[in-house]
Amino acid sequence: MTLTMTLMVALCGAAILLALAALAVTLAHAAAASRIVYGACIIVAAVSLVAAAADLLGAAPPQTLTLPLGVPWLGAHFRLDALSAFFLLVVDLGALAASVFALGYGEHETAPQRVLPFYPAFLAGMTLVVLADDAFTFLTSWEFMSLTSWALVVSHHRVPDNVRAGYVYLIMASFGTLALLLAFGLLAGPAGLYTFAAMRAAPPTTTLGALAMILALIGAGSKAGIVPLHVWLPLAHPAAPSHVSALMSGVMTKVAVYGFVRIVFELSGDPAWWWSIVVLALAGVTTVMGVLYALMQHDLKRLLAYHTVENIGIIFIGLGLALAFKAHGMPFAAALAFTAALFHVFNHSLFKSLLFFGAGAILTATGERDMEHLGGLIHRMPQTAFVFLVGCVAISALPPLNGFASEWLTFQAILLSPQLPSWGLKILVPAVGALLALSAALAAACFVKAYGVTFLGRPRTPAAERARETDRYSLGAMMLLAGLCLLAGILPGLFIDALAPVNLAMIGARMPAQLGTQWLSIVPIAASRSSYDGLLVFVFIIMSGSLAAMAIHRLASARLRRAPAWDCGYPDPSPATQYTAMSFAQPIRRVFGTTLFRARETVDMPPPGDTRAARLVVDLHDLIWDYIYAPLAAGISAIAERLNRLQFLTIRQFLSLVFGALVILLLVLAIWS
Amino acid sequence: MVLIRDFLIQCTEMLLVLGLAPLFTGFVRKVKARLLRRQGAPLIQPYLDLARLMRKDVVLADNASWLFRVIPYLVFAATWVAASLVPTFRTDLMFSWSADLIAIIALLGSARFFLALAGLDVGTSFGGIGSSREVMIASLAEPAMIMIVFTLALIAGSTQLSNVAEFMASPQVGLRVSLGLGLFGLVMVAIAENGRIPIDNPATHLELTMVHEAMVLEYSGRHLALIELSAALKLILYVSLLACLFAPWGLEAAGAGLPALALGVVAYVAKLAVGGSLLALFETSIAKMRVFRVPEFLGVALMLGLLATLLRFVSGSF
Repeated sequence: MTLTMTLMVALCGAAILLALAALAVTLAHAAAASRIVYGACIIVAAVSLVAAAADLLGAAPPQTLTLPLGVPWLGAHFRLDALSAFFLLVVDLGALAASVFALGYGEHETAPQRVLPFYPAFLAGMTLVVLADDAFTFLTSWEFMSLTSWALVVSHHRVPDNVRAGYVYLIMASFGTLALLLAFGLLAGPAGLYTFAAMRAAPPTTTLGALAMILALIGAGSKAGIVPLHVWLPLAHPAAPSHVSALMSGVMTKVAVYGFVRIVFELSGDPAWWWSIVVLALAGVTTVMGVLYALMQHDLKRLLAYHTVENIGIIFIGLGLALAFKAHGMPFAAALAFTAALFHVFNHSLFKSLLFFGAGAILTATGERDMEHLGGLIHRMPQTAFVFLVGCVAISALPPLNGFASEWLTFQAILLSPQLPSWGLKILVPAVGALLALSAALAAACFVKAYGVTFLGRPRTPAAERARETDRYSLGAMMLLAGLCLLAGILPGLFIDALAPVNLAMIGARMPAQLGTQWLSIVPIAASRSSYDGLLVFVFIIMSGSLAAMAIHRLASARLRRAPAWDCGYPDPSPATQYTAMSFAQPIRRVFGTTLFRARETVDMPPPGDTRAARLVVDLHDLIWDYIYAPLAAGISAIAERLNRLQFLTIRQFLSLVFGALVILLLVLAIWS
Repeated sequence: MVLIRDFLIQCTEMLLVLGLAPLFTGFVRKVKARLLRRQGAPLIQPYLDLARLMRKDVVLADNASWLFRVIPYLVFAATWVAASLVPTFRTDLMFSWSADLIAIIALLGSARFFLALAGLDVGTSFGGIGSSREVMIASLAEPAMIMIVFTLALIAGSTQLSNVAEFMASPQVGLRVSLGLGLFGLVMVAIAENGRIPIDNPATHLELTMVHEAMVLEYSGRHLALIELSAALKLILYVSLLACLFAPWGLEAAGAGLPALALGVVAYVAKLAVGGSLLALFETSIAKMRVFRVPEFLGVALMLGLLATLLRFVSGSF
């Protein structure tokens, strides 16, 4: 077994996926095409997943490889270290689950020729980003990943919303790549050292490093969905087919996190104290805005996409804290915060994929994404309902599932921060902690709404009434992820220990080993300070719940009869009398939305004797769009309108324009030197 | 031997809170009634109610799902686990390390999450109104609670409730501004979380202002009994929490022997009596507020918590 084995496996996997993409172009119309493509993706992802997991658990040394591809004098450099291995694992796990899901879901695809070729190419793009070891390969793979996912977003291009989503996505993706391009330009320096190895060997000056950090935050942040660069995300993620939505939300945003970590924690040199302030402030705002936006939605997939924004905020809170601790020479606290962020990366990729699969299963069963047209699905899709519930509990950060474990670690990291000497952080960190707590509570509210309106209650449309349970492949993929959510929730120590090599590489310290502690609890610092045992909490809940059930059924009564709903004596048979997604969010809209979304409610009540229906109109504004993007777009189009005249000049005017430009350039050159 | 004794004490603790919870609810009702110059129901009325509900048939709405039937057990289990991890008469509980204060809050959050889902299951408008208001209240009460936990954790240097209680009982704690703010915040959160006046009225039905009772309107029989028992457990949990944090006198430290244990139990019962009387006094002297005033009430609690945490971040001496 050679030292570069895992890297070879991953690269071969990417090559096979690319070949598969080419094959899919010719094959797309064949009946078995979807099974062949997704089946092959499953095999590639599974092999690569095992290799990456073995690499991470075995704490293998970094592996490098240079291929004679790309720019002739540079070649394509690839490297697999602990960080890459961890993110490779996230990518492969997401790809595996999505491909299994797509075995069933893909059968219903109306335009397979628009999905099948791009799907493996998208997977290959994400794999190559985490393996790239020079700026050129990184950016090429990054753009490849963006373009293939864009193609998947507009795969159903007859839907007007999707076209707009694709357009906004394309602009934001180009903007993000531009920022990353500039960041790498700064890091490479005048000597043009485009390999990461050279950047690592020659860290930039403080100013350049800081600029690179800001640019990385903009570039990777726009892909990950940091507010206010998130606008494309809730448009694009839901527009794609559901398994691709899951990959974009669950995995591609994590690849963006990888880009940020790689540039900021490794290539930009030692962090200055104020970096973390920028990251933490943005992350705190992102967290709360993401979940509030989500609460205002009634499109299930868009709600999930906005929730990704929230979770990205939580991840960046962890990363910001890690930066703060690292800058102030507190490596163990930094390792705790960094572990919390990475653990949340893993957890979010699990439950977000699971929830998007659930939304896809509902879409297949009913043809609906709008929650206001659903309801009562728990009776018709009981298994989907169960796994979706697991996902909801996990994402709401409730014990004993995994979302809570990683948020708990983030809280523990926050509690270490009074030791930070800088005053800005002393004021900011408690506020960020409050925002994190607020977002956790709002997330629970949001998923009560999502689950309650979609799966509980009575069906609101005939489509919801006719729903059937989804196919076994889709169910299998969702059960796999639900099982992993539970596993990561009750045995978080296992995953924290696996992250130790990543911490050692990026921070230079690690959290204490967790597997030796009593009853497999997690102890981030010391047992006297804090500990949490997901397994024991899970066992306690199961035990006391079943104990109560047994005691009551034995000793008291186990009889049950069915009757019409009580509803204080006035049950109304019409399903329209139920609470809807909009009405469920009304109290929260009233508390938070009146300022943040300028929410206004107008009631149009017909006068007595008039038989027309009363109407309640809710008016919401996206202030970020209204105040940042709309003026920007208007400005650009106004300038473009002006510049348009330059196309219709006479020859004399053209010549004088050229002459004027030449003189100005020469002047600039003269002054510059 | 020590292990068995600790285990027995943990079990006693679990059964103690479970057994005392209905009595405490009955006690608060009795004091309230006496303050209103009514005779009031006997102290043991909650037990009689529970026993009667347990024996009755469950009448389930036609379209109630399996989740609706599971939720009472889940809510009860999560609340009971959370309640048995709060020190009542003894600080060093056997399993106190398995969940710290943040986890206890989150366990209560799980219980509320499921209860709010139950409100939506049958698809009636009362259930919906209850759930949507409950999550609105929770979305402000929970962050306020977490900020108070932060304050306590920063003062005591631990989020482990046993350790915090031990620290609070020790002379190092002293008088602190942040503790005072935390106490006020915690009382406000406790009132909101338990749906007491002025947030919600536990004694009403058929009112558009009700929250908790609207959510559980479709429950009957043993399911309703479990939910009522969980509500009682939650109330006693918050009172125990307040007692062990802000009145930690008489808590038995680990291995202090039988007399100390007995003293701990007596002190605990005395604290419950004082807490219950204060709650009843407070509830009779104030009117219920409109639902959309609740965010202001809880906003104050959140600000108190945030201020207390900020003070702790800025200086160790506050």
